[in-house]
Amino acid sequence: MSAKTITAADEPVQFYDLDEHPHPEGHSTMLGFWIYLMSDCLIFAILFACFAVLGGNYAAGPAPKDLFDLPLVALNTAMLLFSSITYGFAVLQMQMGKVRGVQLWLAITGLFGLAFLGIELYEFHHLIEIGATPQRSAFLSAFFTLVGTHGLHVTFGIIWLVVLTIQLGKHGLIAANKRRVMCLSMFWHFLDVVWIGVFTIVYLMGVLR
Amino acid sequence: MSDPHHTADGHHEIELPHASMRDYVIGFALSVILTAIPFWLVMERPLSDGATAAIIMVFAAVQIVVHMVFFLHMNPKSEGGWSITSLAFTIIIVVIMLAGSLWVMHHLNTNMMPPAHDVSQLP
Repeated sequence: MSAKTITAADEPVQFYDLDEHPHPEGHSTMLGFWIYLMSDCLIFAILFACFAVLGGNYAAGPAPKDLFDLPLVALNTAMLLFSSITYGFAVLQMQMGKVRGVQLWLAITGLFGLAFLGIELYEFHHLIEIGATPQRSAFLSAFFTLVGTHGLHVTFGIIWLVVLTIQLGKHGLIAANKRRVMCLSMFWHFLDVVWIGVFTIVYLMGVLR
Repeated sequence: MSDPHHTADGHHEIELPHASMRDYVIGFALSVILTAIPFWLVMERPLSDGATAAIIMVFAAVQIVVHMVFFLHMNPKSEGGWSITSLAFTIIIVVIMLAGSLWVMHHLNTNMMPPAHDVSQLP
């Protein structure tokens, strides 16, 4: 309609759009990844519901009071919280275009993640050694499933951190890598959000119960 | 990323959410406070069990919002509103499922439990 002018009244009503809009590569990745996280949220919600229902069924076995070491859980929480802010620093370095800085902070994040996993595996090992295995009671089944699933997510997050660090080394801060950094950022912070639920419902409420 | 713009080389570049040092520092400080107080309350028990439980649940909810805003950069306008829409949908599903499970199973438990005197007379 560049050549002739059409008044608003003459203009035919358009019910559909024939113009091809540009779809830049990866333009929907962030939203898609967010929706994946929401579906992951449902998995955790189901496991939380199981724990909430079964968390009091000790089958005459050990209760949270007898098992959980709160200072250790606090240390674990601190590790995950530190890893969250160090990931934030990686994102800030990315915005400044410093690829080495991103890699450094991703590596530090990975170390905090490994510390978290190490403490959690130590706790699990201790529990299983004293006989508080997943088979012992419904409470322990629900506990190991919920906390284990979170731990598994952290494990995959760490694998992703390693892969992303290598990708950054190979290709630098290209658009695809920036997008990946932001997706992993969402994933990592989301795991911290889930952990808030875990330490409150499982550990703190468990010990109160 | 609702508004892709042209870069110098003519490529469309998607817009990623912008983060700032201020956001991360505020988010981290609030998280530390909101984590430390519940742990302290449960370890030292200055309050009654009921009050402690209520406070730590509220603190957890507040901390989740803090993480969403300061770490996940959620705002009603990100992704043209679709992020917050999918989040609202998820929250509705989660609330129905959690509340429903607890409600149903609580009633099941109270209705199925044999009364105390019956248990004592079991062989």
